[in-house]
This record gives sequence, structure tokens and C-alpha cells, in this order.
Amino acid sequence: MNRRDSLKALGIGTLSAGVLLEACKPKDNKLAEDNKGAAPTADEAGRQPFEIERDKKLNAEKFFTDHEMATITVLGDIIIPKDDRSGGASDAKVPDFIEFIVKDMPEHQTPMRGGLRWLDVQCLQRYGHTFVDASSSQQIEMVTEIAYPKKAKPGMEQGVSFFNRMRDLTASGFYTSKIGIQDLGYMGNAPGKWDGVPADVLKQYNIKDPWGNKWD
Amino acid sequence: MDDIQIKKSSTVYDAIVVGSGAGGGMAGYVLAHAGLKVLMLEAGPYFDPAKDSMQLKWPYESPRRGAGTTRYFGDFDAAYGGWEIDGEPYTTKDNTEFHWFRSRMMGGRTNHWGRISLRMGPDDFKGHHIDGLTDDWPISYEDVKPFYDKVDRMIGVYGTVEGLPNEPDGIFLPPPKPRLNELYIKKGAAKAGVKVIAGRGSVLTEALPGNKDRGACFFCGQCGRSCKVYGDFSSSSCLVIPAIKTGNLKLIPNAMVREVLTDNNGLATGVSYVSKDDMQEYQVKANIVILGASAGESARLLLNSKSAQHPNGLANSSGVVGHYIHDSTGSSAGGWIPELMDRKRYNEDGVGSVHIYGPWVYDNKKLNFPRGYHIEFGGGLHMPGYGFSGGIQNMNGVVPGRDGKMKEAGGFGASLKDDYRRFYGTGFGMAGRGTAIARYDNYCEIDPNVVDKWGIPVLRFHYKWSDYEINQAKHMQDTFQEIMHNMGGAIYGPPAGKETNYGLEAPGMIIHEVGTVRMGDDPKKSALNKYCQAHDCKNLFVVDAAPFVQQGDKNATWTILALSMRTAEYILSQRKKTNV
Ligand SMILES: Cc1cc2nc3c(=O)[nH]c(=O)nc-3n(C[C@H](O)[C@H](O)[C@H](O)COP(=O)(O)OP(=O)(O)OC[C@H]3O[C@@H](n4cnc5c(N)ncnc54)[C@H](O)[C@@H]3O)c2cc1C
Ligand code: SF4
Repeated sequence: MNRRDSLKALGIGTLSAGVLLEACKPKDNKLAEDNKGAAPTADEAGRQPFEIERDKKLNAEKFFTDHEMATITVLGDIIIPKDDRSGGASDAKVPDFIEFIVKDMPEHQTPMRGGLRWLDVQCLQRYGHTFVDASSSQQIEMVTEIAYPKKAKPGMEQGVSFFNRMRDLTASGFYTSKIGIQDLGYMGNAPGKWDGVPADVLKQYNIKDPWGNKWD
Repeated sequence: MDDIQIKKSSTVYDAIVVGSGAGGGMAGYVLAHAGLKVLMLEAGPYFDPAKDSMQLKWPYESPRRGAGTTRYFGDFDAAYGGWEIDGEPYTTKDNTEFHWFRSRMMGGRTNHWGRISLRMGPDDFKGHHIDGLTDDWPISYEDVKPFYDKVDRMIGVYGTVEGLPNEPDGIFLPPPKPRLNELYIKKGAAKAGVKVIAGRGSVLTEALPGNKDRGACFFCGQCGRSCKVYGDFSSSSCLVIPAIKTGNLKLIPNAMVREVLTDNNGLATGVSYVSKDDMQEYQVKANIVILGASAGESARLLLNSKSAQHPNGLANSSGVVGHYIHDSTGSSAGGWIPELMDRKRYNEDGVGSVHIYGPWVYDNKKLNFPRGYHIEFGGGLHMPGYGFSGGIQNMNGVVPGRDGKMKEAGGFGASLKDDYRRFYGTGFGMAGRGTAIARYDNYCEIDPNVVDKWGIPVLRFHYKWSDYEINQAKHMQDTFQEIMHNMGGAIYGPPAGKETNYGLEAPGMIIHEVGTVRMGDDPKKSALNKYCQAHDCKNLFVVDAAPFVQQGDKNATWTILALSMRTAEYILSQRKKTNV
């Protein structure tokens, strides 16, 4: 079977490469984010019974309180806000992903729960409000204290650790969503022919041949 | 009536094959195509990549975004199994460490292996002359070469003809070209004097001549998920399914073999197994029994098959079964390339195996470790998944921002979001895989106190690295530093130090465990003859990585396939002479 036939076997053989690329862009795929509410369950083909059970069980549980979820949502959008290229963390349903992942990986639970409470207590002491109820300039002021590990003041270390984790989880959730993948411009997961680094890119980096044996 | 019965079948097959991975799959394929009636018993479920693969799924189709919570290599990876399997323990001894990756599924670990397909070289088969440390195989590269050639033609492998002394060339399909990051690695390696060639992998970069059942690769980079068009080698798609189609091979999935049965003459008569489907006990018969359950499981089966004729376990009058287990060494490094920030986007998925590869071409006489290692490289615009750009606070404070000014590490908001875009696709990694010396003192044995959930006694491992492996890992780390230093501004951490044994992975972690039922000419020092036939039981064969005497730095699977084919052809020739 040649490549065209193998694409046909997948049910996509009649399309030209250009159409294929288009068809395989994230926007045409059923989106996790569209399933409102509970985190999505993976399509069950090829999954083991214990995995299907486990996902169901995790989806039925709730870990974060409504207040914690509200805090995660505000923090997520501070970390990855909407801009002229794409939506923000909450548009990509990052909070739902974080709710799922802490159930999936319990090692996140205490640092997340404790970190959120640490943040609230800090804010109560400073502003007389929890993080979500503080003004947005207070929120930014507070986040600024813990978002820059190297210049954070003594006493803020726990906040820094929490924020590093929160930043990583937000990035994981956002850039694996349809919105995030489009934002990044990832163009793979699309059947095609790999023929090496494109000529214009080779040129840009002064590489003379696609095997990288000659450079300017 | 008792709830549990032993059901004995009266059918006598020509051969029973235990396990459907690389070794079992190839033996079953050859024998079934030759017209033998074969019964294949597989401990896991039926698995057909065409239906069961997660290929082309997007990260958001996984609630954990591809994280490895239940599957070590990621949510879309094909492996049913892992380092731990519920109800199927193994143990270790004397505070040593061993990790055992098992897949329970038709095709075994070949559904998700890295497809790096390497021939062992002349010095790997006969290495005693180099340093006096290892026993020679009873066969040479020349004995195995015709089978490597046949495997290349039958299954397909890409690569380039290089004419290197201990890295034999094969019959190659065109290799995939390097990704941009890999071109930088090549540049760094060339400056550091480290040889880098095209990768060698069993992916059909072009249609396989003469094969109508397998599709050509369409470059999704997801071989680890197994390929729906059979564009890469999995035993399930390329061996077992075709063997079943001959009508001569019957596969019983979910059949966990307990032991090999023998008669009063000490010959194998069949095997007993427990069916995971109905939890009943079965006994099936054949004229020949072939073990391809993986190096660890085949040793376990033999040691568990004790009888009056074989009191030490089957094929174990020498006492070597379980001994000489060895896994490749592994140590790795990585970093990122600031020059690639803001790079142009294009589809750089490539194939799901290595695009470039660093063979060992150096002289160990000048070094403080006896045998070499190769390096596997990677990097590119990969599909994002769980962990994407994790720890960005360690990256965005070390290079200037768009305005040319240094930024404070960490951060949030629009400028952080811009950083994620800028850093995407700048990373790279490299991993050394080296020869570990086979030693009698490293072994697996039956744990006298522990059984699995079917009551089958389990393996207990005892494995220690020596200074040879540790010195080799140090050399890997030093080499990685030199390559990275010469890559043109790459950013990377310091080498892994002494306190971690230079990043040397624990035994088992590289998943190339071999050598537990070694072959040899002397029945006192080996369990199998040079055709992988038991010295003590002539109708018993082992076709996985257990017969290896000494593995080179080359990953094991291509050699398993070649040896299994060789053994199957030997069986056919002996049957003609009615010797087995
Ligand atoms: C992530 C990963 C990457 C890898 N990459 C590479 C690579 O790039 N190159 C390379 O050469 N190698 C690689 N390997 C190693 C490769 O997968 C193995 O060398 C190869 O699969 C071994 O084949 P086998 O037939 O010996 O055993 P397996 O493939 O493990 O198959 C054994 C089969 O026997 C079955 N079985 C076990 N016990 C019993 C029993 N008692 N009764 C019935 N059935 C039983 C198992 O369920 C299994 O299906 C990789 C492995 C992993 C996990
Ligand atoms: S890279 Fe090629 S062979 Fe591998 S899974 Fe994708 S299409 Fe199949």
C-alpha cells in the first residue's frame, strides 16, 4: 500500500493534502471544551476497562469547593489572559482541566488546596478580602509578589511554589486545548509527507542542506 | 461440581507458542506460513492497531491531556501494562533495584516500542577478544546476517548505508530527514567530533515492496500509539494477524501460561494455563513448545516448570536460567536553543522513531569502560501535551525579551503568554544507550514467598551496576556536554554528577532486559544450543531475548526477530529430518 492508499484506509484518502491539512486543524474536531461541565471522557475505543471506570469515577467526584474554583478561574485568566490572538484560560476551560487533573494526580491536591488558602489568608491580612473579592489591582499586586521567584521577598516562598505550580497547570490546560493549540500554531497531527525542514527555514538559519551537513 | 476445573484438550498441535510479542509473533508467523498447526497463547487481550490505536487523537480528547497517569508513556500510548500490574507483582533482593516493564496484549511491547531497529555487530556477538570480559555467542554475525536481511525485507527498516565496522548496514528504506532542532544537534556533534548518522527504524517511509496489507507512513510521529495503517512494525499488525489469516494459527488471548508440561522422558508435551476470561485451568498439547513470553517471563516459566526429570526447573540442569540478565545502560540530557525562538511553524511531526542517531565508533582501549554506547536524539515542533512548557520560570529570565531587555524570570499575563509562543519548539534531548556486561551475579529467580493472583510464583530480581556501567554513564554525560556546548548558544544544565551515578538509570529502566536463558555450546554453562533449543529438552525452544549471551549497545528487538526467524526455520528443517 502506498501513502495515498494508507490514507484511504483511514477514510481520508480522497482528499488532497491541502484539504487534509485543513480538515485536521483543531477547529474541525469535536472539542473537549464544548462538553460543558464535567471534564471529557476519552473515547472508549482501545481503552482498558479499568481506565474507563477510573475516569468515570473521577468525573463523578468534586474536589475543589466553589470558592476554590472561582479563585482558580481568576488566577488562570491572570496567568493566561485573552489577547488579540486568542481567548484566555477560562475560555479554554482550564479550571475544569485543573479540577480533573488534581483528582487524577492526587499529589497536586494538598499543594493546590493549601496554596489557595495561603493566598486567601495573605489577601485577608493585606486587604481584608479573600483573593477573589479583592479589587483587580489588589489581585495583580498580590500575584506580582509571588510570580517572580528570583525577586520575591522573604516570606513569600510558599506563595512562589504555589504560583509556579498554578502557572504550569494553567499552561498545560491551555496549550492542550483547541484554543491553545491554534494559538501556538501547532500544525501537525495531520497526515502528510515529511520531507525535511522547509527550504525557507533552512535559509533563515543559514543551513545549506536538509541533512545539516553544511552551514554558512 | 467444583468451581474450578482443569480442562484437558486432546488436540495435539504441531507447536504451541507462548507470547505474541516480537519473538513469539515471528515464530508463529514463520511456522503458520509453512503450514504447521500452531496454537498461540497470549496473556493479554486481542489488540489490533487498526481499531484500538489512539492515533491522531488531540490532547484535549484525553481528560488528562495525554499525561501518563495510567499509561507510563502517556494516555495515548498503546501499552496495556507498565512497571506495575495489579495482581502481578515482582520483587527485588538485597536492596538492589530492578524495574520490569510488561505489556499484556497481543503483540506485547512491540505495539508501542520506539521502532529503533539495529543490528548487533560482529564484535557484539564475539566480544571476548576485546576485553576478556564476556562470553562469546556460539554464533557470529555472519550466522545471523541472512536473517537480519530477511527481516529487513519482510518488515521494513529505514536507514543509510554507512559501512561502519560494528554497526552493520541493512536493506534500507529512505530515512526521514532531521527536524530543525536535530540539525543543530548534528552541528554540535560534528564540532565535538561525535559521529551522527540517519536513524534506523522500522517505519515504512515508503510502501514496502510486495506487501499489500500495510500502509505507508503518513508522518504523524505517533508510532508509540501503534499505527492504524500498519505503517510501522508491531508484532500484532505485521506478524500475528497475518499468521491468523493463514488459517494455521489459533490465538487464545487472555491465557496466562503457568508452566510447561513434560513427560517421563523429560520431553515437553504442552503447557497449562489459566484463562482470564473464565478463570478455569486448561492443559493443551503440542509436539513442540516455543517460549516467547519475554526474557523475564520465559525464565519464570522454566523455573516454575519443575518435575522429577527437571528438578531444577526445565532446561536448567546448568543452573544458569535467570542468571546473566542485563539491561542496556541509559543516561540522558537536554536543553533548548534560543536561536530557535519565534521559529516559523510547519508540520514537523516526522516519524515516531529516531531521525538521527549516534553510533559507537570509538576505541574503548583508551577509556575506563569496556564497551560502547549509542545516542538517540530528538527535538522539534511536537504536539503539546500535559507538562507543556513546564518550569518556564527557568527559561524566560535567561534570554532577552522582544525589546532586547532581560526579563524577570516567571511572570504572568500577556507577556508570559507571548513567551510560551516564543519558546515553543526550541527544546531538544539526547539519550545514551550502552552495553552492560552480562554477569552471573545479576539474576532473577523465583521468590519463594510470593505468588501472583493466579497463584503463579513470581520473579525476584537481584541486579547491580558495576563501575564499568557507571564510568560509561559519566562518559555519556561528558559527551552530551560537548555536543550541547557546540550547538550554538544552546542552554542546558550541568552534567549529572557522581551522586546520581551520572544519571545512570536503574536496571530495567531502558526495557532491554535480555540474557536469562542464554545459549551456548556447553550444556553445563548454557541452557540452549545455538538454535535456541533447550539442551535438556529437545522439543523446547526460546525465541525472545532470553537466549542473548551478551547484548551490544543495540536495542534488542531486531535481533530477537532475526533469531526467532532462524529458530523457526531450524524447527522446519529438523521436522523434515523428523528430529523434533
Ligand atoms: C516504550 C518502549 C520503547 C522501546 N523501544 C525499543 C526500540 O526502539 N528498539 C528496540 O529494539 N526495542 C525497544 N523496546 C523493547 C522492545 O519492546 C522489546 O525488546 C520487545 O518487545 C521484546 O519482545 P518479546 O517478544 O521478547 O517480548 P514482549 O514484546 O514483551 O512480548 C511478550 C508477550 O508474552 C506475553 N506473555 C508473558 N508471559 C506470558 C505467559 N505466562 N503466558 C502467556 N503469555 C505471556 C505478554 O503478554 C506479551 O504479549 C522498547 C520497549 C518499550 C516498552
Ligand atoms: S509516524 Fe508513520 S508509521 Fe508511525 S504511527 Fe504515524 S503514520 Fe504510522
